[in-house]
Amino acid sequence: MRALVSDYQMIVPKNLDETLKLLHSEQNVWSPFAGGTDLMVVFETGKLEKKKFISLWNLKELKFIRESDDTLEIGALATFTDIQRNSIVQREFPILYQASQLVGAIAIQNRATLAGNLANASPAADSSPALLVYEAELELISAQGVRTIPYTKFHLGYKQIDLRPDELIRSIRIPRRKPGVGAAVSGNQSDVHYFRKVGTRRAQAISKVSFAGFFGAGLPGKSPVVRIALGGVAPVVIRCYQTEAMIQNQASISQMDFSALQLKLFEEISPIDDIRSNKEYRAAVCNNLLGDFLKHVELDHRTE
Amino acid sequence: MNDSVSASTIAFRVNGQSHEVKAYPMARLLDVLREDLRLTGTKEGCGEGECGACSVLMNGEIVDSCLIPVAQAHGSDITTIEGIASDPLNQKLIDTFVEEGGIQCGICTPGMMVAIVNLLKTATPSTLSDEQIRSGLAGNLCRCTGYAKIIEAVRKTVS
Repeated sequence: MRALVSDYQMIVPKNLDETLKLLHSEQNVWSPFAGGTDLMVVFETGKLEKKKFISLWNLKELKFIRESDDTLEIGALATFTDIQRNSIVQREFPILYQASQLVGAIAIQNRATLAGNLANASPAADSSPALLVYEAELELISAQGVRTIPYTKFHLGYKQIDLRPDELIRSIRIPRRKPGVGAAVSGNQSDVHYFRKVGTRRAQAISKVSFAGFFGAGLPGKSPVVRIALGGVAPVVIRCYQTEAMIQNQASISQMDFSALQLKLFEEISPIDDIRSNKEYRAAVCNNLLGDFLKHVELDHRTE
Repeated sequence: MNDSVSASTIAFRVNGQSHEVKAYPMARLLDVLREDLRLTGTKEGCGEGECGACSVLMNGEIVDSCLIPVAQAHGSDITTIEGIASDPLNQKLIDTFVEEGGIQCGICTPGMMVAIVNLLKTATPSTLSDEQIRSGLAGNLCRCTGYAKIIEAVRKTVS
């Protein structure tokens, strides 16, 4: 049944300061509302429990994407359209670029924000695997000040996030890889950035499984950097640290024991049956995508 | 029960004209356009951002009007299918749609037109690929045509 519109309140504050003060003085009363592409769907079904919203859409302080030498910082109100248009995202973070193109369709990308995608906390969120493999951190802001947490610590459980009722996500900060620091090199041709979203169709689908893989070629004598993150196969989006370690320790990708690797991956995921898919299919897809990722790595590194 | 929410005044431009309406802040832009402004060209399909029938341009960018609380449209510039249809620049698109059979039942058509106008505003017509047309229209569902005639109509319009 549809919601009764007169039951719902929305206020539009003038600036960030006013917003944070209200979230602080009337805690648990107001809920943040950015582009609304998730909340309005729930509203329309009559199941939106919260009734009082504070619109963030006009807060210019949060609408930015800026870079420094070592970080790309995406403000909470940057939409997936804004993100796709950013040349650093296109060049250095292709997984995030691809994921942004696969969120809904253009009309959704024009309204949906990266921060909103994270705060909505779906285990199938399109952008989350990218942020996990790029080791993003979140800057959270409240009237009390700012705190920074690694994105890996943000999702506490199914639909539970580390965000106080008086806090907002201010920005998402993604480290840029620099030549000579660590194993990977910014813009290094031999890095592999791999992303697949598997859903019923390419546009407008919520994924059954999503897979992000990053392979950064090692400096001479050093191991490569391997990072794998999966969506839709656990209560939260996950990094597969043990699977990564197993790949990292192999001298040769082509000669590794794939069945042992597969078992390791299956230890790390916990797919379930739900309206979008079932656990057997999800496990099979994870397995195939892992193989496909490694094939891409191998093709790019066949001369090593 | 909640303390009562009162309607507020929303001022915005629609198809080049200034309007002020009294509406609840969480009223959907779609409903305000159709019911308060009687601009019934914009259709409701799914009501959840899936089908694109309610597409309008908001500050020049395509959005699903069913997903926009009207409070967030305050101060914005909206173009609906009525604005698109009355612009002589779009006459060729409309005629080609009719000639090619890109319209059958007509419910998706206003949203399709908005998506095509949105696509053409940035694309270079001579290099527009089928892939670009398809992804430009990927958020608009049609249950009649099978899309081939719609894509053909876009192709003919730009050629």
